[in-house]
Amino acid sequence: MKIIIPIKRVLDPFTQARIDKQTQSVDLTNSKMAMNPFCEIAVEEALKIQESGHATETIAVSIGADKTIDTLRNALAMGVDRAIFVRTETELNLQPLTLGKILSAIIKKEGADLVIMGKQAVDNDNNQTGQMLSGLLDYSIGTFISKFKLSEDNNSVEVCREIDTGIETRNLKLPAIVTVDLRLNEPRYASLPNIMKARSKPLETVELSSLDIDTSPRVKVLGVEESGSKDRAAKQINSANELFEELKQLGAM
Amino acid sequence: MSTLVLIELNSDQVSANTRAAVTAAKLLSNKVDALILTNNSNYAKSVSSIDGIDTVKLITDDSLEHVSSEVASKLVSDVMDGYQYLVAGSSTFSKNILPRVGALLDVQPISDVCEIKSSNTFVRPLYAGNIMATVESIDPTIILTVRSTSFEHAPDGGSAPIEQLTVDIPKSNSSFVEIQESKSERPELTTAERIVSGGRGLGSKENFELIEKLADKLSAAVGASRAAVDAGFISNDYQVGQTGKVVAPKIYIAVGISGAIQHLAGMKDSQVIVAINNDPDAPMCRMADLVWQVDLFEAIDDMLKH
Ligand SMILES: Cc1cc2nc3c(=O)[nH]c(=O)nc-3n(C[C@H](O)[C@H](O)[C@H](O)COP(=O)(O)OP(=O)(O)OC[C@H]3O[C@@H](n4cnc5c(N)ncnc54)[C@H](O)[C@@H]3O)c2cc1C
Repeated sequence: MKIIIPIKRVLDPFTQARIDKQTQSVDLTNSKMAMNPFCEIAVEEALKIQESGHATETIAVSIGADKTIDTLRNALAMGVDRAIFVRTETELNLQPLTLGKILSAIIKKEGADLVIMGKQAVDNDNNQTGQMLSGLLDYSIGTFISKFKLSEDNNSVEVCREIDTGIETRNLKLPAIVTVDLRLNEPRYASLPNIMKARSKPLETVELSSLDIDTSPRVKVLGVEESGSKDRAAKQINSANELFEELKQLGAM
Repeated sequence: MSTLVLIELNSDQVSANTRAAVTAAKLLSNKVDALILTNNSNYAKSVSSIDGIDTVKLITDDSLEHVSSEVASKLVSDVMDGYQYLVAGSSTFSKNILPRVGALLDVQPISDVCEIKSSNTFVRPLYAGNIMATVESIDPTIILTVRSTSFEHAPDGGSAPIEQLTVDIPKSNSSFVEIQESKSERPELTTAERIVSGGRGLGSKENFELIEKLADKLSAAVGASRAAVDAGFISNDYQVGQTGKVVAPKIYIAVGISGAIQHLAGMKDSQVIVAINNDPDAPMCRMADLVWQVDLFEAIDDMLKH
């Protein structure tokens, strides 16, 4: 069984996003970038499945401009077998519908039965790409998973989904896509020898323009704004008494 | 122009975020229909009484109790014929289904809408809510999920007719096994007026019970940081933040929570924020209205005695 892991390069999640007023977009020049944390968890899960003897091959796929290669090298260093780099001329900030179409073309070509990906990317916070990809491929979908267990015969998978009312367990027939939540596993760090080894692992480049996919955005970003937070007094208090008095004065109690 | 609202039910109750979706739908068009996928046709009554709904469309089948994304998205996309908008409240229910509807209809959906600027222009958060983007859809059909904290919750007061739809329920390649629901007598987190939220600072599951006691004393809901959930102090559905629930109560009391951007994403619009923390440099202390720099156990003790 082949596993495909689509991954995304994003602004480091612990870095404050800043905007460029001129271009009305998020300013990423000289920013610290990282693999989306949910994607790291997806890579880890794929590697665990492979280590348990259930997968023949793990393939990371990422779409973006040249710098995206760093993120794919990172996945290779964590342990995936090979990488596919879908190259765009410039940073395009592609939307989930387009990403879904690109990924679906790659997955059809590779013939993968299992796709493991993050439930959302911490930049655009859409939480859509996995679900949309499942619709385009007509694969089963398990979203927001915190547990994953493949059946003995490799034909289905049982997943636990973190939902607003608790935890739902479902059984998915393969081919399937799962989108992972944070509590699924603890991603490993790439060791130095593995970082060295990753340099010689196969990394195939596919030009986006060669895929014949309409990439024009359906949703245009007209402008962005730092939301900032309300100015708050940070008034010091020292007892429950004071707290409840202050809350009353603020009209909250 | 007409709008279809996908209804989320918690057994026979209409979810609060669905009521927000109805309000948003009314801003978009004069005609607002509701679609229910359920195993029990009695549940349609609570939907037909929401103010502002024209017709309730009902699809009933035993298999729809724990409907899969695959089946739901097919049913919804078939009903969409003739509607210009599909709207639902932001939740794990809608986020499981609407993007797949988008794929079937070749539409790019817009998640977590906080403001409707015009018939095709919306404001939504990026980067854990640190950036707000104004976006314009050029799709002929527009699919939205809307934040429950950003729109009024449509009250009862209507009596819309209920129309039963007869459709073939497609076969699903995924099946329901079980659900572990967390049941609580306390107010629901996303609609509570007061929230007491605990973090890693509590140190253990046993200690976290102090948060529950305090919540009960204040008639508040319980919330938690990711670190508290990861450590097993409390279950996942209490997590507030970028990947958890988004809340905006009158009072948010953060006990032993440092205030990472991912946590702030879920609560920074609260009316009054109280930080209880022994570290004055914790980000939560900088963005709170009231700061109590103290050992949290001492503070809880004092509040429980009050
Ligand atoms: C992709 C991603 C998504 C995330 N999503 C979320 C999310 O949705 N929600 C979320 O909450 N986090 C989320 N996080 C995690 C987030 O980054 C923080 O790690 C987390 O919020 C920290 O939780 P905490 O504040 O409880 O723990 P800590 O940061 O460890 O803070 C504990 C606080 O307790 C205080 N404290 C300790 N002992 C005492 C005491 N005795 N008395 C008083 N104060 C005390 C300390 O001073 C400290 O400020 C996410 C992270 C990532 C990478």
